[in-house]
Amino acid sequence: MSEQDAAASAPQVVSSFLEQRKEQIAQRWADAALFRSVFTISRDEAVEACKAVVDALSEVAVSGQLENVSAPGFTDVRDQLGRMAATRTRAGSTPGQIADEVARLREPVVDLLREEFADPAGPQAHESALALTLLLGTLRLVVMETALDANAELIERQRQQLLEVATPVIKLWEGTVAVPLIGTLDSARSQVVMESLLEAIVDQRARYAILDITGVPTVDSLVAQHLMKTVAAARLMGAECIVSGIRPAIAQTIVQLGIDLGSVLTRASLADALAYALSRQGIEVSRADAGASAR
Amino acid sequence: MNQPTPGLPAQIPVLALGDVLLVSLQGELHDGMAEQLQHDITNRISTSRVTGVVIDISGVDMVDSFLGRVLAEIASTARLLAARTILAGMRPAVAITLVELGLTLPGLVTALDVDRAMELLSQRGS
Repeated sequence: MSEQDAAASAPQVVSSFLEQRKEQIAQRWADAALFRSVFTISRDEAVEACKAVVDALSEVAVSGQLENVSAPGFTDVRDQLGRMAATRTRAGSTPGQIADEVARLREPVVDLLREEFADPAGPQAHESALALTLLLGTLRLVVMETALDANAELIERQRQQLLEVATPVIKLWEGTVAVPLIGTLDSARSQVVMESLLEAIVDQRARYAILDITGVPTVDSLVAQHLMKTVAAARLMGAECIVSGIRPAIAQTIVQLGIDLGSVLTRASLADALAYALSRQGIEVSRADAGASAR
Repeated sequence: MNQPTPGLPAQIPVLALGDVLLVSLQGELHDGMAEQLQHDITNRISTSRVTGVVIDISGVDMVDSFLGRVLAEIASTARLLAARTILAGMRPAVAITLVELGLTLPGLVTALDVDRAMELLSQRGS
């Protein structure tokens, strides 16, 4: 190390070191589980990916924002890091394990850095090693953040899919539609149910709409309110709404909570509700042989 | 608000189909128009043999508390004069907004469209 370098600040030393030793660092990192398991096609590809990360680290070091997770230098590798974290997650690694794998990248680099100095135990070397450690700690955070972002995105997407999948509107008979509700009914889902039910009422020209809550585990005052809103909206559209599938335990809960469902037409089962809707439309369902024997 | 919007008629036409009055609301309803409409309907019911009033709101994008009250008032007035009022053709979005606002229009009979409303009137009339 020359006199000039000694005067430079630790982050700059780290940056120029990363720049100069890029090839060596990349070669060492490429064998780490984190890179090797993601870039399985060729080792060269892994080396290239490592170089990109080293470049990013060097850029962050120059900017002096060693501890800034959202430093602009990380922007370019964020995608790549996210992909790596996602691959590791799919392979069964927990977030903690991934963090450990990123942490393991530190040792080879710090070793290399110490070799740079004439006096590996001197204050200069110590300070630079500290700066590099800090920088790699930030890299670890960036990887975790990216991985968590990817997870949050996945959860959001699945939530949307669940909303769409879990609320089919079924045509039971000419002029009668039913929605079998399954799972907990929250505001977002009840909104979707209401919208799809009203659309179906218009499309099918339905006079009767059945809300079947057999699959709803619990009914509290909020769920009851959602049900009543849906019933009211269906009525405004000119359809009569029947709530069916109220299990004995749920009926007891509703009574104990003091929820007034008096304005809502209820039936014990979906079959009863359908029978009611049919009879109101003047449709009679009878056994074929019963008619024959009567003759 | 009392000024009618240019391009919109100041008066809402009330059509007579046999013994049924048909009113089709379009777009926004202003205070003056609402008052005029209530007046027209009441007069028509009292002067001719009217047993039902069908209010078609399929052309209405938004029903607020004001329009809700006007509709309820028309229904109550018509009931006093022995005519049934049916609200027809509410759009799903309008129904959802009304319910979210807590306006469930309890005193009004509703139907999917004008066709259904006429059917309902003839059923109950017989």
